[in-house]
Amino acid sequence: MTRLFSARGWIALVAFAAALLLVVPVLALAVPEGSALHLSEYWVGLGGKFLCYAIVALAMDLVWGYAGILSLGHGLFFALGGYAMGMYLMRQIGLDGVYHSQLPDFMVFLDWKAYPWYWSFTEHFWYCAALVVLVPGLLAYVFGWFAFRSRIKGVYFAIITQALTYAALLLFFRNDTGFGGNNGFTDFKRILGIAIATPQMRVALFMLSAAALLGTLLLARWLVSSKFGRVLAAIRDAEQRVMFCGYNTEHYKLFVWTLSAVLCGIAGALYVPQVGIINPSEMSPANSIEIAIWVAVGGRGTLVGALLGAFAVNGAKSFFTQAFPEIWLYFLGLLFILVTLFLPRGVMGPLQRGKAA
Amino acid sequence: MSDASLGHLAAQGLDTTHGVVLYLQDISVSFDGFKALNRLSLAIDAGELRCVIGPNGAGKTTMMDVITGKTRPDQGSAFFGQAIDLTRLSEAEIAHAGIGRKFQKPTIFERHTVFENLELAMKADKRVRRTLFARLDSEARDRIASMIARIGLAGAADRVAGLLSHGQKQWLEIGMLLMQEPRLLLLDEPVAGMSDDETERTAELFLTLAGSHSLVVVEHDMAFIARIARKVTVLHEGSVLAEGPHESVQNDPRVIEVYLGR
Repeated sequence: MTRLFSARGWIALVAFAAALLLVVPVLALAVPEGSALHLSEYWVGLGGKFLCYAIVALAMDLVWGYAGILSLGHGLFFALGGYAMGMYLMRQIGLDGVYHSQLPDFMVFLDWKAYPWYWSFTEHFWYCAALVVLVPGLLAYVFGWFAFRSRIKGVYFAIITQALTYAALLLFFRNDTGFGGNNGFTDFKRILGIAIATPQMRVALFMLSAAALLGTLLLARWLVSSKFGRVLAAIRDAEQRVMFCGYNTEHYKLFVWTLSAVLCGIAGALYVPQVGIINPSEMSPANSIEIAIWVAVGGRGTLVGALLGAFAVNGAKSFFTQAFPEIWLYFLGLLFILVTLFLPRGVMGPLQRGKAA
Repeated sequence: MSDASLGHLAAQGLDTTHGVVLYLQDISVSFDGFKALNRLSLAIDAGELRCVIGPNGAGKTTMMDVITGKTRPDQGSAFFGQAIDLTRLSEAEIAHAGIGRKFQKPTIFERHTVFENLELAMKADKRVRRTLFARLDSEARDRIASMIARIGLAGAADRVAGLLSHGQKQWLEIGMLLMQEPRLLLLDEPVAGMSDDETERTAELFLTLAGSHSLVVVEHDMAFIARIARKVTVLHEGSVLAEGPHESVQNDPRVIEVYLGR
């Protein structure tokens, strides 16, 4: 009960950490480019993207798998973290934009003469890093406060989160909102004054994402194996009983919901410099639904399942969208149906052999 | 309802100076025009074991919903002891104040072990921060272990609660209630689905609890009522039809007509 992982779990975790933090950097930077073992920038970037998705999947599993709160709007928190980091990266472009202006190209294009007030201080890295945590966290807290107080649950809650992310999508699509409209932010040059498009920076971002993922996994594991985690799972299974036991379930849900949003924000902030773009499509309802699919495929309420689900579904997506781009969505739909029919507890179901969550 | 008030209520203790633990006065509740409770008044003495009977739809479960904060009455007052106004508190606050409730259908945490079920129910500071860092000391473990023995689940501490028999689940739920150390226990059909042997042991348990606890037992099992009853309240159409010692209620012609006679 007090131990975070079994002995085998710790070995797997250390091996996973070593692969991400030692093997990948060596293969990408030390092994010469001609060698068969060399890891190209493409693969490092793709891997880093997957690590960010895996953080989101863990965050989703905390609220859905453990507390039973299905969110179909987690992409919003991810995107907000990404936009907060993107603001800083836009500031770092400096005079190197197409129009050689202090303002980002899209503001020059709109004929704006100065940054709007909400861009104040975004030239400072630490300010933006704080936004990465605070904006998704605050939005989730306020939204959750109203929703949980009103005892909105299940499918109603899920639908409202869809509406929330869709509303944000429409807001960010507007050019006048001041976040680059449908093009979003792109063409990043530097981070902390260091050029972004170098192999070293790619590996550094990859390792940061890996460290964030490992930290999230440990934190999530600690949470769910504490008494707090047992209360969460009890809320999922019989919320009334938990209330009649004397727990204020609103506070429990609000805590884990806000934490989950903050983790998504951090993942988004790590994602944006690696993929080089953030635009409103990250807020599209379909993106948020995909996050739920990763967790469902991997197995809810297991953490490791969420991780595997994020890697497996995104791996398949990368393959299909390159090899057979037109059938990817059919494949995703089929995958969801097959998992629901044959693996109701996800990939982790058969692996756990009847152990209860 | 802030977290702070939970701790406050728990520390305050219960004022039962007038010997009454629960007062319901003129409580009315209606759902879409249907009067589930109609000016119901009821008083439970400290240490009393009260049985409540009545036909389906008489308002027994709604009465429990009002007492535990699940349903707010349209009118009337509900006091726990002299000072605690139940109509102003949340479910969690009422539980903290010392009212435990067993549902009609056994409601336990099916995917948690027997031990964990009792751990979660155990009286403690149940705020988020304390729960995050909560650790079980050996005294708490002993209390859980002795409760497991008391509810006849010795050896099943690590069994997943969903795998228990119906009667065992009923007992586990009663055990969870007792772990909360309530002053008043509300028990909705506690022996439904129990074997005769389990029913008899439940009767014995309730009789030992009375005195140190107040109990309100809703049951349809008249043999069980006869076994434990001192004072019986008959509900009919949302208000009290008759109240008194078991024998006199049993022979009341109005009670026979609406309930017992069928």
